[in-house]
Amino acid sequence: MHIKFTNRGTTLIIGIKGELDHHTAEYVRQKIDSEILKSTTRNIVFDFSELSFMDSSGIGVIIGRYKNILKLNGKAAVVNISDQIMRILSMSGILKIIPVYKSLDDAVSALQE
Amino acid sequence: MMQPINEVKVEFISKSSNESFARIVAAAFVSQLDPTVEELTDVKTAVSEAVTNAIIHGYENGSGYVRMQCKLYADSVEIQIEDDGKGIEDIELARQPLYTSKPELERSGMGFTVMESFMDKVDVFSEPGKGTKVVMFKTFKSISR
Repeated sequence: MHIKFTNRGTTLIIGIKGELDHHTAEYVRQKIDSEILKSTTRNIVFDFSELSFMDSSGIGVIIGRYKNILKLNGKAAVVNISDQIMRILSMSGILKIIPVYKSLDDAVSALQE
Repeated sequence: MMQPINEVKVEFISKSSNESFARIVAAAFVSQLDPTVEELTDVKTAVSEAVTNAIIHGYENGSGYVRMQCKLYADSVEIQIEDDGKGIEDIELARQPLYTSKPELERSGMGFTVMESFMDKVDVFSEPGKGTKVVMFKTFKSISR
């Protein structure tokens, strides 16, 4: 499990590499929350291009971070998701509040509008 | 009921690091049938949900044993995940999408819904104070076709 943070303007890109389950969720949560606080983050984008596995624990992690960024008047988005992760996200209803974009560039420009 | 062509039983303590162990074991065992990568991921996801439930809800992050039994058939698999934890009072309620008995944990309440979606059949047997058994069945359409 490795998390890579990249800033593009006021958008924080969160790249998660590895498997996101109940076991790794707590680590991911803490890492992201402290990064959001220390940088000048307004919006967040989850980049799942290197996420090899995710179960429903990931939904809680995404919604929790979404709520935190909402308190700072920011927005959240998700990019580069596999079909399996797409199925999990869509059955949870999360896609109604957090949009999925095809590319990082699309997400970053959409959020900064 | 037809006879399984292979069977495996594993038992492990209720540590969250064993969630990935359990789904990898299940996927490796099922791989003997040569299903598609998508089908393997379906099995891994369902196992991950059931084992996570046993650890968080069955044992409430305390100690206990989780048992997993996989039975392989010509084109399908049956997977049982069992704990001796606190059990479920109302199974129908627990299976509802978005329902969670522990809202403070930032969990989605989608565990059973994911299992039902990724497997063909999910049965839940539980008795309060005794434990819970989840029995899941999946036919690999890539093979049965």
